Amino acid sequence: MAQTAAKRKSRLLLKTVFMGALSLALYATLLAEQDLVMQYLGRGGWYAILPIITAFMFSFVHGTFTGNFWTVLGIEAARKRG
Amino acid sequence: MHDIATQALNFINLDAVTIAYLFLVGFVGGLVSGFIGSGGAFVLTPAMMSLGVPGLVAVASNMCHKFPKALIGALKRAKYGQVDVKLGIVLGISAEAGVLFGAHLQESIKKAFGEAGSNLYVSLSFVVILAVVGGFVLSDAWRTYRSGTTHEEERVSSLARRVQSINIPGTMVYFKSLDARISVLFTIPLGFATGMLAATIAVGGFIGVPAMIYVMGAPSLMASATELVIAFVMGVGGSLKYALGGLVDIRLAMIILAGSLFGIQLGAIGTTYVKPFMIKVVMGVIMVIVLFSRGLMVPVYLSQLGVIETLSETTTKALKSTSFAIMAFALLTGAFIVLRAMWSGRQAERRAAALEVVQGR
Repeated sequence: MAQTAAKRKSRLLLKTVFMGALSLALYATLLAEQDLVMQYLGRGGWYAILPIITAFMFSFVHGTFTGNFWTVLGIEAARKRG
Repeated sequence: MHDIATQALNFINLDAVTIAYLFLVGFVGGLVSGFIGSGGAFVLTPAMMSLGVPGLVAVASNMCHKFPKALIGALKRAKYGQVDVKLGIVLGISAEAGVLFGAHLQESIKKAFGEAGSNLYVSLSFVVILAVVGGFVLSDAWRTYRSGTTHEEERVSSLARRVQSINIPGTMVYFKSLDARISVLFTIPLGFATGMLAATIAVGGFIGVPAMIYVMGAPSLMASATELVIAFVMGVGGSLKYALGGLVDIRLAMIILAGSLFGIQLGAIGTTYVKPFMIKVVMGVIMVIVLFSRGLMVPVYLSQLGVIETLSETTTKALKSTSFAIMAFALLTGAFIVLRAMWSGRQAERRAAALEVVQGR
């Protein structure tokens, strides 16, 4: 039982580190290539779909990371509502 | 169109301090949104403008960070069984129409009365709505606290009971958060008002959440969680509209999102530790403090319109700075109450767990 919990915890930690690294890579690319990014994503018209797709992509990667981040720190929902 | 093109070219340079500032404001805004379903936008937009971001780009970028944030918050709170997706989508669609109408109305006011007229309309809307709705929400929370019934299940208001009892054939829909059928002829205008307010003062939740609680009869926790679905639906449509004009600065939106996703997860977790009336406390407190912030700006716009004597530049500057400081204070106060309530809840849970262990022995 304890081993399963420990295994689950280390898998979560691994997932958090992976998603954190992926999130960091996304943000590093966004900032490093900001001129290119703004050239296309700020163009308007049909290109309007690009910022929307970008927002969904960042929210999936960074959202998964931040959710796991608090869990790894031990901050989780209450077992019984207060 | 020329204006839009000019504004679109005005994307600011980002340095480490600016990034840290946006991240932090995003975090606090996210924390409050995760808890009460909205909030943060009223500080985020002026915060971006204070960095030199043009008004329309700030509004567009705020909108583009709002919908992915609301999506993550809604998913998190759905895990806790707090989201009514059907109600959120029904209200969200009518809110979208409200946003379009609100934006059109804003445009007409701007054309007729200029920038100061438009600002005065926004500030007066803030003051009137926040005074009436915020005052009501806060006094209701205070009454619950004083009556010592904070542990009990929330009672459905008499207005909501009356609304639920009206049967209009062909328009009745069952919503799980209300555990009742309600006519869409009531939900449509409420969603519309939420959207209109979102287009006017950027925080539709200040109408949407109280409407779900007091007019429809949803519990506070479900109302604040469902507001995130409305914000998502409204946000996608709004962002697309602004992106078509090339007004979204995706760098600003994603940096704010970076902080706000940390915050929204924490705020959502916080809702599982508190008594439902705390949602009303946080919302009411923020609304009433923001009311003073916007109230301070009314003389500035009245003077710009020539209705009252012209204010000196120093007075105008002082009023603007104080107004922004009060808004930031409102958001920080909300965040503080959320964190404090969460801390107390966690402590109480730990004590209860320790007691269980002792009694088990």
